[in-house]
Amino acid sequence: MEHEPGDWILSKAQQTGTKKIQARMGSPVHRVSLGDTWSTQVHPDIESERYIQSFNVERLINILDGGAQNTALRRKVESIIHSDPEFSLKDNYFMTQNERYEAAVKRKFHLQTIAKRQGWSEGSPELYYSYRTLSGDLAFSIHMVFLKSLKSLGSEEQIAKWAPLCNDFQIIATYAQTELGHGTYLQGLETEATYDAATQEFVVHSPTMTATKWWPGDLGRSATHALVQAQLICSGARQGMHAFIVPIRSLQDHTPLPGVTVGDIGPKMGFHHIDHGFLRLDHVRIPRENMLSRFAQVLPDGTYLKVGSLQINYLSMVVMRVDLLLGEIIPMLQKACVIAIRYSVIRHQSSLRPSGPEVKILDYQTQQHKLLPQLATVYAFHFLASNLLKFFHSSYSAILNRDFSHLPELHALSAGIKALVSDLCLQGTELCRRACGGHGYSKLSGLPSLVSRVTASCTYEGENTVLYLQTARFLVKNYLQVHGSLGSTSQMFLPKSTAYLTTPYQARCPAQKAADFLHAKLYTAAWAHVAARLIKDSAHHLQTLMQSGADWDEAWNQSTVLHLQAAKAHCYYISVKNFTETLDKLENEPAIQQVLKRLCDLYALHSILTNSGDFLHDGFLSGTQVDAVRTAYLNLLLLIRKDAILLTDAFDFMDHCLNSALGCYDGNVYERLFHWAQRSPTNTQGNPAYEKYIKPLLQSWRSKL
Amino acid sequence: MNQDLRREREAASFNPELLTHVLDGSPENTRRRREIENLILNDPDFQHEDLNFLTRSQRYEVAVRKSANMVKKMRDFGIADPEEIMWFKKVHLVNFVEPVGLNYSMFIPTLLNQGTTAQQEKWLLSSKGLQIIGTYAQTEMGHGTHLRGLETTATYDPETQEFILNSPTVTSIKWWPGGLGKTSNHAIVLAQLITKGKCYGLHAFIVPIREIGTHKPLPGITVGDIGPKFGYDEMDNGYLKMDNYRIPRENMLMKYAQVKPDGTYVKPVSNKLTYGTMVFVRSFLVGEAARSLSKACTIAIRYSAVRHQSEIKPGEPEPQILDFQTQQYKLFPLLATAYAFQFVGAYMKETYHRINEDIGHGDLSELPELHALTAGLKAFTSWTTNAAIEACRMACGGHGYSHCSGLPNIYVTFTPTCTFEGENTVMMLQTARFLMKSYDQVHSGKLVCGMVSYLNDLPTQRIQPQQVAVWPTVVDIDSPDSLTEAYKLRAARLVEIAAKNLQNEVIRRESKEVAWNLTSVDLVRASEAHCHYVVVKLFSEKLLKIQDKSIHTVLRNLCLLYCLYGISQKAGDFLQGSIMTESQITQVNQRIKELLTAVRPDAVALVDAFDFKDVTLGSVLGRYDGNVYEHLFEWAKKSPLNKAEVQKNCVFPPFEILHLNIKAERISELTPLRKLWNLLWLFQTLYLSNRFRRELGCSHSTQVFHFLNHLITVGHVHTYTKLEYCNTSLSHTST
Repeated sequence: MEHEPGDWILSKAQQTGTKKIQARMGSPVHRVSLGDTWSTQVHPDIESERYIQSFNVERLINILDGGAQNTALRRKVESIIHSDPEFSLKDNYFMTQNERYEAAVKRKFHLQTIAKRQGWSEGSPELYYSYRTLSGDLAFSIHMVFLKSLKSLGSEEQIAKWAPLCNDFQIIATYAQTELGHGTYLQGLETEATYDAATQEFVVHSPTMTATKWWPGDLGRSATHALVQAQLICSGARQGMHAFIVPIRSLQDHTPLPGVTVGDIGPKMGFHHIDHGFLRLDHVRIPRENMLSRFAQVLPDGTYLKVGSLQINYLSMVVMRVDLLLGEIIPMLQKACVIAIRYSVIRHQSSLRPSGPEVKILDYQTQQHKLLPQLATVYAFHFLASNLLKFFHSSYSAILNRDFSHLPELHALSAGIKALVSDLCLQGTELCRRACGGHGYSKLSGLPSLVSRVTASCTYEGENTVLYLQTARFLVKNYLQVHGSLGSTSQMFLPKSTAYLTTPYQARCPAQKAADFLHAKLYTAAWAHVAARLIKDSAHHLQTLMQSGADWDEAWNQSTVLHLQAAKAHCYYISVKNFTETLDKLENEPAIQQVLKRLCDLYALHSILTNSGDFLHDGFLSGTQVDAVRTAYLNLLLLIRKDAILLTDAFDFMDHCLNSALGCYDGNVYERLFHWAQRSPTNTQGNPAYEKYIKPLLQSWRSKL
Repeated sequence: MNQDLRREREAASFNPELLTHVLDGSPENTRRRREIENLILNDPDFQHEDLNFLTRSQRYEVAVRKSANMVKKMRDFGIADPEEIMWFKKVHLVNFVEPVGLNYSMFIPTLLNQGTTAQQEKWLLSSKGLQIIGTYAQTEMGHGTHLRGLETTATYDPETQEFILNSPTVTSIKWWPGGLGKTSNHAIVLAQLITKGKCYGLHAFIVPIREIGTHKPLPGITVGDIGPKFGYDEMDNGYLKMDNYRIPRENMLMKYAQVKPDGTYVKPVSNKLTYGTMVFVRSFLVGEAARSLSKACTIAIRYSAVRHQSEIKPGEPEPQILDFQTQQYKLFPLLATAYAFQFVGAYMKETYHRINEDIGHGDLSELPELHALTAGLKAFTSWTTNAAIEACRMACGGHGYSHCSGLPNIYVTFTPTCTFEGENTVMMLQTARFLMKSYDQVHSGKLVCGMVSYLNDLPTQRIQPQQVAVWPTVVDIDSPDSLTEAYKLRAARLVEIAAKNLQNEVIRRESKEVAWNLTSVDLVRASEAHCHYVVVKLFSEKLLKIQDKSIHTVLRNLCLLYCLYGISQKAGDFLQGSIMTESQITQVNQRIKELLTAVRPDAVALVDAFDFKDVTLGSVLGRYDGNVYEHLFEWAKKSPLNKAEVQKNCVFPPFEILHLNIKAERISELTPLRKLWNLLWLFQTLYLSNRFRRELGCSHSTQVFHFLNHLITVGHVHTYTKLEYCNTSLSHTST
């Protein structure tokens, strides 16, 4: 296309715009926007949303960042990243899988260069923020997982040897756990590492087709080394899963080493920039020192020595899950909310009064009902994950010193929360996408990429159903500890997250009217009631089945649907309670506390309404009370509607990072959509299909006439 | 065949062939469908390449080639019946996406519906024979479902007897029409008609957009592709902007409304008929929902029978994941839903044909209800299916995320159904409007008929002092009929609540529209409940028509599962309305688990009965023979990323950097000859790399040498300082 669409669009924007952006340095508008030359004005429809500020957005940004100093640091990093054209993501949507991969590798190396220059070390907040601002569109993320696993599972000598090589990218490493035939169920993995005392080597081998390692990121084309999870066999005995460092590609010319078959697993729904790979090992020999040995080791003569609990293997998974929440999953829903809500104040459709003007679609109750609960949810999850991270840090150092007392609770919490957060983030992101109508289907909206990426999080790092059931196991165990076999209640000490199992049973909710449901204590207690009841039911069901002759395992499988519901309710309770506790700490910020309180209320009431059957079931809520919840909920929608744009602005994503034609800060949706479409290769590269097929088709009929 | 699948098929309690006949409508239909499918599969010209490994441009090209081929083949084979065309397309195109498709599905039908005889004579032959390729341009960037908001104008100029078409704003640019981006040379454009200074609303115009012979956009026309989407890679959805573009007066479709040569506007007699196309498309979409969900269930259930994982009892071999209660709970209700929607789809098709005949006889009485029902059912089935496909995909764990599973494609191809042909929420509200109208009619003493006739019972129930007592609380959870009653009560209750809330808001607010908006969440709920009732009703009525006992038993279980699962999911509605008691809900949950166990042995046979060819499923996980893992490995080897790996010399530029670093790292340890060789290699790679040339800001070889010198002298310095060094030195040299 040769024509320049900018000219006539600009003139149109000048007609409709009312106020110019204050384009002075340092103003928020200037900071976050793409600064397109044709976009000199903020769309009046979005500007009017920012006109009356019921709270200080900047303060909320600081709170979300965990302090003003963090905000400043993040912005510094963002300005460095986005002033560098090498980091531009704008052509992502037009690239093939190969091109995406290539660009991600290039960006990664470029980031390393910048990090070196700026003195950002591995694990520093600066690198964390650069990952955020580049939407993780970088290669070698599993390289970092390798490093983390090494640090938690490796001995001091091993860390000293391998960590510098990794940090300097003298090797590229990956973490190979999942196999073709097995994923979340670790004990089922088939890869074997057999110790050969004669040569003091492990022989690592894939005995079957299904033992082929499948899915590890960075494995397909990049990695030179893999941390392989394999069944350890020494002195003839199987000792379970252990981690081994296996060199897989030549450091000279990158070809696979002898005995190694490695490649890319092909196209996927998302993650096009990552080379997920397969790996088959044919009796590959590695030195004895390559088994990570902080918690277990094999002596030269083949003696197996355990130095810790078996549970420790879970630790690297817990680390991963906790990191994923804030680093990967929650930002997806945040971005989706920003895009969908901003678009919903620009898009006008139909009118609310006959012959009245067309209204913003965000003024429709149904649109608010779609989007605002997602906004509330993502705020709830942000605070939930932040506090889980705190709990994790306090437990982690203890665990490294072999104090495992917090591990069961940490494991159960991280499993259930990961499952709930990824489930609801996926649902929410998809809802946001569809709430943008047809334009949400265009990749230029940014939403399809978010959906296809967040959806992976429901199955990776533990399939969600399996994770809920792990939490349920912990809950049933706790319940039985307190209540013995049946009935009798003992005052056992319970972990903080399950302490509510000992609180006295409340038969009815005391609420009288809609306004009563805006009390945090009231709805937290309601969720506690439902969670406790479902845990009780599932435990009793299990016991009943066992009393009628089933063994534990059979009984467990026959009651898993109940356990699933119980675990979900528990996670809802935890998230609601956590949100209310976060609010309590915001006493010094009354305006922000008020607006967040509304979101907390909305989150809690929305979750009650979508699960109303559980609340009505034993008469805890009456039908009238559920109606009152609905009334309170609908009223909240109107209140939050007023602050919706500011609440999304508070996530403080730069336009570069959103990479969405619908979601930019300035609201110039349609102009941007038109501009971006022009860049599509389908427009820039002619139409070979015309000469090849369309023309002959048109002419074949003409010749017959 | 995979041993697990063989065992599953042998253990089935019924013959899937008989069920296939039920789904197709008759054994004869099944026979003819397979005949057509085999025509394609046995055709040497039919070659189905795996689209997953192609770029978007390549996929478009393949689709155009297939479309062209298909037009020829259907003539050769004499396939003209719409049903048969659909079967043909299903195998030939695999997913119905064809750039030339709009010519047949929208351009020609609109011409037939709205064109005069003279216009049909002029355009029909050439469009049917593909002398011209047409598309249908309605949606604009700023407006979709709300038609009256469209901004494109067609202003009549009596002097030249032409219409002047304009896209006055950015938002008025036509956006999304399929086949518009690259393929079509004509479009039926919907525009606001302005004549004698007055706007008469939307009318359709035939607009030539590309020059015959060269395919170049005509002067005044800006046209192109709207860029990459979630799915529909093969389709060139396009944009169209018109600047004072003139077309002759005769290009306005004038069967109903007319503009006389002097510019006088003649009003149409009735506009109800324009509903026709919409109703047809929406009822087709209900069937499409059923087909997509059936495909997804086939893949997920077959794979779940092949995959083994974990243990139920310690020490025993790993069970099929289909034996886990949670997996059954995920998949079997969806399987039941797929069957429910199959029957709803068949019902919609029949009803459409029946009512279409009535319309042919001038009887429009049933059209409003059909219109309302298709709108709601389109929304209900597409929302459910959308979530269900995604659930099937996730039930396949990680492998579901790979394109090898076929599920991502099914999902992205299906999901626009929720927003196109009427955005779902708007559709639900249209149904709600009909429900409210019917409610008001009943209220004013008139009887209503059809699917909403249950509303007739409401006034008598309201007279009772204790509303609760009149609900027949004895719901037999083992009887589809009794469960249908329960759903009916739920629908009646939610319609009544919405109606009352609406009335209250109307009293409080100054405008009906504001009141409507403030009740819309309730209204959507009411519509959903109504549609849910219709689906349950049609499923249980279908059971009465099944003769074969074994088929009846298995379908009855599925019907019960569908009804009970819905109750369990919406337990709040049933409890709150006192339609069911708490203990009944507990029984429902218990019964669901029993049904899961009952369906389990027949699960594979039930998906086999959908009778999808492997090529239509396009899934390694869902293969009929179940040899999943072997083929997964073979499939992955086709990936373009692996092809590049085979040719060692063609490493990607980023690895040039990487290996450059590794090599440079050791360069001081190398022999002089090796050093020289490396130097030449580096020189060659760098010199040839466009990217490096660009970064150097020049293509002059001395500067490349300069850069290489640095590399060698600092060979043992840290990798990244080098890269950085080279970047800074580059910026020096370029200034």
